[in-house]
Amino acid sequence: MTNSFGEFANAKLFLCIGTNMTEAHPVASTFLKNAVRKGAKLIVVDPRKQPLVDFADIHCQIKVGSDIAFLNGLMNVLITENLYDKDFVENKCDNFDAFKAKVLEYPVERAAEISGVSAEQIREVARLLATVKPAMLCYTLGITEHTTGKDNVMSTANLQLLLGNMGMPSAGVNPLRGQNNVQGACDMGALPNVFPGYQKVIDAPMRDKFSKAWNVDKLPDQNGLMMPQMMEGLVDKKIRALYIFGENLANTEPDIRKVEHELASAEFLVCQDIFPTETTRFAHVVFPAAAWSEDDGTFSSSERRVNRVRKVKTPPGDAKPNWWIFKELAKRMGHDWASNGAQEIWDNEVSVLAPALGGIKYSRIEKDGLQWPCPTLEHPGTEFLHRDGIFTHGKGIFNPVDWAPPAEVPDKEYPFVLSTGRRLYHYHTRTQTGRAGMNQLLSEETADISQADAQKLGIKHGEYVKVRSRRGEVKVKAKVTEQVPPGMVWMAFHFRDGCANWLTNAVYDPVTFTAEYKACAVALERA
Amino acid sequence: MRITINGMACEAGEGQTVLQAARANGIYIPSLCYHDKTGVAGKCRVCVAEVKDMRGLQATCALPAREGMEVVTNSETVLQAQRMVVDLLLSTGKHDCIACEQNGMCELQDAAYYLHIERPGLQYADVEPDIDSSSAFVYVDRSKCVSCGRCVAGCNDVVVNEVLDFGRRGHGTSIVFNADQAMGESTCVQCGECVQLCPVGALTEKKSMGKARSWETHKVRTTCPYCGVGCQLDLHVKGEQIVRVTGVEDGSPNKGRLCVKGRFGYDFIYSGDRLTTPLIKENGEFREASWDEALDLVAGKFKQIIAESGPDTIGGVSCARSINEDSYQMQKLFRAVIGTNNIDHCART
Repeated sequence: MTNSFGEFANAKLFLCIGTNMTEAHPVASTFLKNAVRKGAKLIVVDPRKQPLVDFADIHCQIKVGSDIAFLNGLMNVLITENLYDKDFVENKCDNFDAFKAKVLEYPVERAAEISGVSAEQIREVARLLATVKPAMLCYTLGITEHTTGKDNVMSTANLQLLLGNMGMPSAGVNPLRGQNNVQGACDMGALPNVFPGYQKVIDAPMRDKFSKAWNVDKLPDQNGLMMPQMMEGLVDKKIRALYIFGENLANTEPDIRKVEHELASAEFLVCQDIFPTETTRFAHVVFPAAAWSEDDGTFSSSERRVNRVRKVKTPPGDAKPNWWIFKELAKRMGHDWASNGAQEIWDNEVSVLAPALGGIKYSRIEKDGLQWPCPTLEHPGTEFLHRDGIFTHGKGIFNPVDWAPPAEVPDKEYPFVLSTGRRLYHYHTRTQTGRAGMNQLLSEETADISQADAQKLGIKHGEYVKVRSRRGEVKVKAKVTEQVPPGMVWMAFHFRDGCANWLTNAVYDPVTFTAEYKACAVALERA
Repeated sequence: MRITINGMACEAGEGQTVLQAARANGIYIPSLCYHDKTGVAGKCRVCVAEVKDMRGLQATCALPAREGMEVVTNSETVLQAQRMVVDLLLSTGKHDCIACEQNGMCELQDAAYYLHIERPGLQYADVEPDIDSSSAFVYVDRSKCVSCGRCVAGCNDVVVNEVLDFGRRGHGTSIVFNADQAMGESTCVQCGECVQLCPVGALTEKKSMGKARSWETHKVRTTCPYCGVGCQLDLHVKGEQIVRVTGVEDGSPNKGRLCVKGRFGYDFIYSGDRLTTPLIKENGEFREASWDEALDLVAGKFKQIIAESGPDTIGGVSCARSINEDSYQMQKLFRAVIGTNNIDHCART
């Protein structure tokens, strides 16, 4: 997030696109609702009438996968009606002309046709955005989990640049991150292209810096593979060994049959986890790990805040802290690492090597965490990025982007769009929530469908239905709901039985390799 | 500004009430309906005090502090009035403390203790327990409710779930869920904000029942393991057992608020399903192994693969759930020891 949750309180306008915050980030949504109660405007852009819609001034019920067309249409109105922030665009941004030319290819009628949102409503939203400043744009995986995911993100940034909604409180582009520490895992360089602190592995000075710190002669100078590429590499043997730490890929990745074929093809698979999972079944070696509350450490939240996590119990049996397992493996491969325990790792390595984290030490985050960038020990942390419109690259860069449909769209044989996400009462594949009593609140997967489609197909609420895609088939109960528009089936991936990922399409954004979980084609019938 | 409370000079902030100023200066005034998060209700009348040049007793929760104000909270007149209110509250509910989950954390009990009320002075028809245990995680006993309204304000104005309200009429006035449904059948999402705000034992955590007396536990602050908001939790711990989770009221960003998973989803760590020993697969079956054996096997296999096919034939997927330091160690292992940048995690989903 460029901005912070604390700024929700004083926001004047929220544009929430592809974020079912009430279920996926419930506490964040309470602050949003407080602001709306105080008078903030709320625009929800979502194919579903999800819970935030109850609080919205405008709901744009966009068609799945039409985000760029919709956003370009909005920006077309802002430009053609001269409603954008000319001062910010001229002085703080680059590449406006190319971007403008692209946006002019999306007159509002074209945007309306693609997105299913009326031209009138697109104009209404644009004019509202032009009159209330600043506005906070929030998104979640509704934006990223498309084959055009990267371009979708660019498009949200284009809008906020055009409106000058950057570099001030209660503004910005705010992706609400899914997992508790997905921000942190990125910050730590668990990515194929960057060292900790987003320092590029292809930059020789960075490699020099890290090879000295890590006491090695050299470090690999090419970007590595992303997760789906590694998985596919297991089949063609480009990857001989895969080490999976704390992820249940057999349920979370699209097209379970494909994923399981890949896992089964591994010459050597190591899993490190706290529970046996559908993924550990494929392992050759399993390491038992310490869980949350069994080790000291830090998580970094969506708002770039490094928070303390504390130990209150010893791990069961022979389970060990994860950092210890990695250190022991390093030792057996000829490398002695000095740091013992999370605090030493953070204070002596992470915060020394990552400039944005340089001022964050355990002694400073006993209570509230600090938000990076926090370069020095005196720095108070950064509540919002790009202050006064000063960007990492100097100026904010407009990226002209084109709309493209999802890779698989409904046809005669598979006439419904399947879109997927999370539900309030469970987390991902239930390895945790399934063992914490949450099954009482939600005990099985459903196919959420519209009243209209239920009537047409003679399906009653609670009856079993078959949902079929080109990849697989599941049998689940139908949940007939006003939330879902006609033509859509909506499902989650919390339960192995009826998991949406038996159906989802393993196609990826070409740059980010994020899978298109939000759109594939399915058939629906009574079971 | 400066005010005087019981003859003691106290600093009061602009806009502070007398109750807030007293608390900030370490002076206890019994109170029930006021909570920082739900604001002034002015309902319970327990927090009354005498103020020089003001007629009658004043509810300090609703009284703005003014420069030079002289407040007395410990005169016999004040204590008698407070005693009367607390006595009435005690006599209209079933306030048995002995096995109550709230024992030791109860604000009514604190008030009674402060006012030396061993037994209620007023007799009343015996109140039957009025239990609603229909929901997954919250135990409701209306016979312990003091109608302070903190839960109602919390549900409607803090977390804006709009489930709780006062319902029924007159003497029977009570908290209700939606149109007086059982909690488990209402639209309640079990966030537990009402439980955290309840000053008495009317709304308590089912999971905590019988696990520990409050004074046997200590609080450990930590961060929620579920979504990316980063809510700050206090784990209430007895020995190695987490018996309750509450939101840290002054913690950022959540200011005490939690969701159902953050408040009630903590006990998976005690599951009997946990992996407790390294496992090595032999002939398609896992067998238990020592750490030395398992680590040697993995290190040996990695070394062999690196020698035969180069480091780029090994890949690693890190964990977006575990701590930063674990991800740091894993990417360091891959880059500095194995010699590949094939390290990733579910960063973009």
